[in-house]
Amino acid sequence: MELPPKVKNILLLDAEGKRIAVKYYSDDWPTNTAKEAFEKAVFTKTQKTNARTEVEVTALENNIIVYKFAQDLHFFVTGGEEENELVLASVLQGLFDAVNLLLRGNVDKREALDNLDLIFLCFDEIIDGGIVLETDANVIAGKAGINSVDPNAPLSEQTISQALATAREHFTKSLLK
Amino acid sequence: MAQPLVKKDDDHDDELEYSPFMGIEKGAVLQEARVFNDPQLDPRRCSQVITKLLYLLNQGESFTKVEATEVFFSVTKLFQSKDTGLRRMVYLIIKELSPSADEVIIVTSSLMKDMNSKIDMYRANAIRVLCRIIDGSLLTQIERYLKQAIVDKNPVVSSAALVSGLHLLKTNPEIVKRWSNEVQEAVQSRAALVQFHALALLHQIRQNDRLAVSKLVGTLTRGAVRSPLAQCLLIRYTSQIIRDMANHSQSGERPFYDFLESCLRHKAEMVILEAARAITELDGVTSRELTPAITVLQLFLSSPKPVLRFAAVRTLNQVAMTHPMAVTNCNIDMESLISDQNRSIATLAITTLLKTGNESSVERLMKQITNFMSDIADEFKIVVVDAIRSLCLKFPLKYRSLMNFLSNILREEGGFEYKRAIVDSIVTIIRDIPDAKENGLLHLCEFIEDCEFTYLSTQILHFLGIEGPNTSDPSKYIRYIYNRVHLENATVRAAAVCTLAKFGFMVEALKPRITVLLKRCIYDSDDEVRDRATLYLSILGNDGLVDTDKDSKEFLFGSLEVPLVNMETSLKNYEPSEEAFDVDSVPKEVKSQPLAEKKAKGKKPTGLGAPPPAPVSGFDAYERLLSAIPEFATFGKLFKSSSPVELTEAETEYSVNVVKHIFESHIVFQYNCTNTVPQQLLERVNVIVDASEAEEFSELSSKELNSLPYDSPGQAFVAFEKPEGVPAVGKFSNTLTFIVKEVDQNTGEPEDDGVEDEYQLEDLEVVSADYMVKVGVSNFRNAWENMDPENELVDEYGLGQRDSLAEAVKAVTDILGMQSCEGTETVASNARSHTCLLSGLYIGNVKVLVRAQFGMDSTKEIVMKLAVRAEDRSVSDAIHTIVACG
Repeated sequence: MELPPKVKNILLLDAEGKRIAVKYYSDDWPTNTAKEAFEKAVFTKTQKTNARTEVEVTALENNIIVYKFAQDLHFFVTGGEEENELVLASVLQGLFDAVNLLLRGNVDKREALDNLDLIFLCFDEIIDGGIVLETDANVIAGKAGINSVDPNAPLSEQTISQALATAREHFTKSLLK
Repeated sequence: MAQPLVKKDDDHDDELEYSPFMGIEKGAVLQEARVFNDPQLDPRRCSQVITKLLYLLNQGESFTKVEATEVFFSVTKLFQSKDTGLRRMVYLIIKELSPSADEVIIVTSSLMKDMNSKIDMYRANAIRVLCRIIDGSLLTQIERYLKQAIVDKNPVVSSAALVSGLHLLKTNPEIVKRWSNEVQEAVQSRAALVQFHALALLHQIRQNDRLAVSKLVGTLTRGAVRSPLAQCLLIRYTSQIIRDMANHSQSGERPFYDFLESCLRHKAEMVILEAARAITELDGVTSRELTPAITVLQLFLSSPKPVLRFAAVRTLNQVAMTHPMAVTNCNIDMESLISDQNRSIATLAITTLLKTGNESSVERLMKQITNFMSDIADEFKIVVVDAIRSLCLKFPLKYRSLMNFLSNILREEGGFEYKRAIVDSIVTIIRDIPDAKENGLLHLCEFIEDCEFTYLSTQILHFLGIEGPNTSDPSKYIRYIYNRVHLENATVRAAAVCTLAKFGFMVEALKPRITVLLKRCIYDSDDEVRDRATLYLSILGNDGLVDTDKDSKEFLFGSLEVPLVNMETSLKNYEPSEEAFDVDSVPKEVKSQPLAEKKAKGKKPTGLGAPPPAPVSGFDAYERLLSAIPEFATFGKLFKSSSPVELTEAETEYSVNVVKHIFESHIVFQYNCTNTVPQQLLERVNVIVDASEAEEFSELSSKELNSLPYDSPGQAFVAFEKPEGVPAVGKFSNTLTFIVKEVDQNTGEPEDDGVEDEYQLEDLEVVSADYMVKVGVSNFRNAWENMDPENELVDEYGLGQRDSLAEAVKAVTDILGMQSCEGTETVASNARSHTCLLSGLYIGNVKVLVRAQFGMDSTKEIVMKLAVRAEDRSVSDAIHTIVACG
């Protein structure tokens, strides 16, 4: 019996429902076709809702999905139907805020694609194999955006400003490309 | 797939949308990956290439084994670079590539070095990567480091090791179990997430040791758990313990309830919800225990956060199924949620209200729902329609307003699934509430006047053909049916012809007019329609002959005895020859559950050849099956069919279950047999029944099963005669007899010679409950008072020692086979007395109501006072006899 809260997947889709970054932790969708079908269903179902201020929630195929949108980015976190919605919501909020920090508030598709490495790292720091690893956005952003920070500094003591510094460094890099 | 992002952006100008991955192509990226092999590494460029590789994988691109190996080997070179950002990406791509065991060796040493690095980020990530890719033998080598990492002062490292432990527990439990001392220490950690991970791992390690888990939870519930996540976990463990304990002891006070209740005052909403949900899910929760949980959920209902509202209404919806009364306090809050922006919340609120609503609030609720229906999606509407159907069956008196509602939404726009749900609901209501019939049929008639779904039209026409002729004025439906012949496609026209014929046959007065109408159909453009019209005309033309009358009736109303699927295969296998196709050779029933079968089949449109099956219940299916067998057709109306009783152990060579069909003066046993031996074909399958222990029964006839191939169930029947209207009971012993033929595995042909064999089945009992049909009443008190008190019989019984009242209530309900009313089947867990209300229909269609009062003394001795009212005093008496004997 699985008692610890489990996340089945994290999805980041664009305004047309296309994949930007996704990560599945459950075998419910074994093939890429199944995954795409699920993403399409989730996107269609939530498309018309306004999830820009508060985290919204819905149920689909015996799953609970919490979601939040920003500009042309759609964030989703899926859990089983028995899951505590608020745990999923805290994961989503953690992800959303961390991405916001890492993209310096410019949360849109273009920035996300430009910094896709950060998004992937962000996913990696939030959930490990379906288990919640961290939900504090500052910690997540700090760990994902580690590039320029003194590697000897303990991770948990990084502050927002450090995280922002990291992000700024990244920004310059992308401009220089 | 190769160029997923080359597309126009509709929001902006005509420019191509910018993407760093525009025109990305796998081959090219794999070429680029060669930079990993450069002697002078460029960390930034390498990171970019890894990002591209990750992007490709993420978009669903797959690498061949060779490609993946190649990438993996070049990636391992990157461990030379000291760049932390690049290292982080290397960890990520290794996890994504999931290298094979022989490849893992290459990176093990690099990762082990990182595991002992001074840099926390390296340590944490190296642990996560290593644990993801290594096997048991390597794990023992690094076990020492992992144990250290668990108690590392850096929480990130510690969490990494603990979470890895959780994953490894699935593959290498014996190793991870050795870490429990370290994990125990980590549970005391001051870092919130470490505590959460440690608690999860510790519990997983000890989950089979009930005592240890109980001790762990006991300690922690008193101490301070820091993180809300860990607290949620603790609540889950606590409710698990409560469940286990309930199975092992029955002491009055529920342990740990206080802890759950105290969590309702936690500052984190996550914890409050978890605790409230845990309380509502307790086995046999009392209303006193429920109240505090319902109160916090009620507060959540008016929260500005949609997730909280959703969570609360979802939980209350569940509670409403078992404790509708407990939820009624929240009804006002829920009514305001009907207009919630989030339609999932609104739908849940409505269905909850429909469950908790009482008879008087139905009309008001329907008014609110009408406004709501227009702006939700079909899938939500279906949920609402289903809820309304059950509401209608619960409050039959309100059928008028509910039926009106259904017919209104039937006229509005909607997809097929939605319309089908509505039609199914109307059909169910018509079947269950006789008063609703004429009204409902007219609604259906109006619907087919403008119905775009062929499947639904044919279903309704078929249903009309069965129900319509028995109404007070059948002629009013003819117009609707005949209109179909003019306006619809061939499939619907053919169905309409069938329906017309049924009216013509059943209603003598309409016959001449129907004949005229059918004659017009002879000129139809479709040959199936013409064929049917001609056929029915000739049947209707045969006046007065009783014999043909009966045949035609069977022809028109009888069902095809064989499942369509089997029929189809048999027809396909049939090769045109001198020998005509024999319907009897088609295997009968496919599954012992015709209901599920029908449901599944109903999804695809039915062909022209056979009239489509109407939506039927299991009972109807049995009724049709039996009336199609000539030997049993004379038994009259089927009173009750029991659920299947298994007569064999699971996984034996032949699996047999039996369904008892009760008629007024007969009883038919339907043996559903399945042959589970692929090498055998059974022929002439019969059940020999010894009724020596059932004196009142005498065997009348039996119907053997001609052939029982592997894995294709079939039925044999045995019929008994019994005194009319008497609830005779008895025990029957059964033996399965048959001829076994070996089947050649290569050709699938059975051998010519068979051997006679028999197989002993378990005994079968006919009990009093078989003569009782569960029929609920919506208002027990009214029904009770409307019964003549003259026919009331009261008596008291001692039921002896029982474990609980609930057990006694269940035992009595089962013996009587009656429907418990108004939720009185649930007994409060520590109650000393309980009243249970039962209702049913006794053989001979006599309505019976029972009021059973139970009381338990300190020695768990249970007494019962049983008051029975029935339409017939002798039946009241019979009920008492049943209880006295049971």
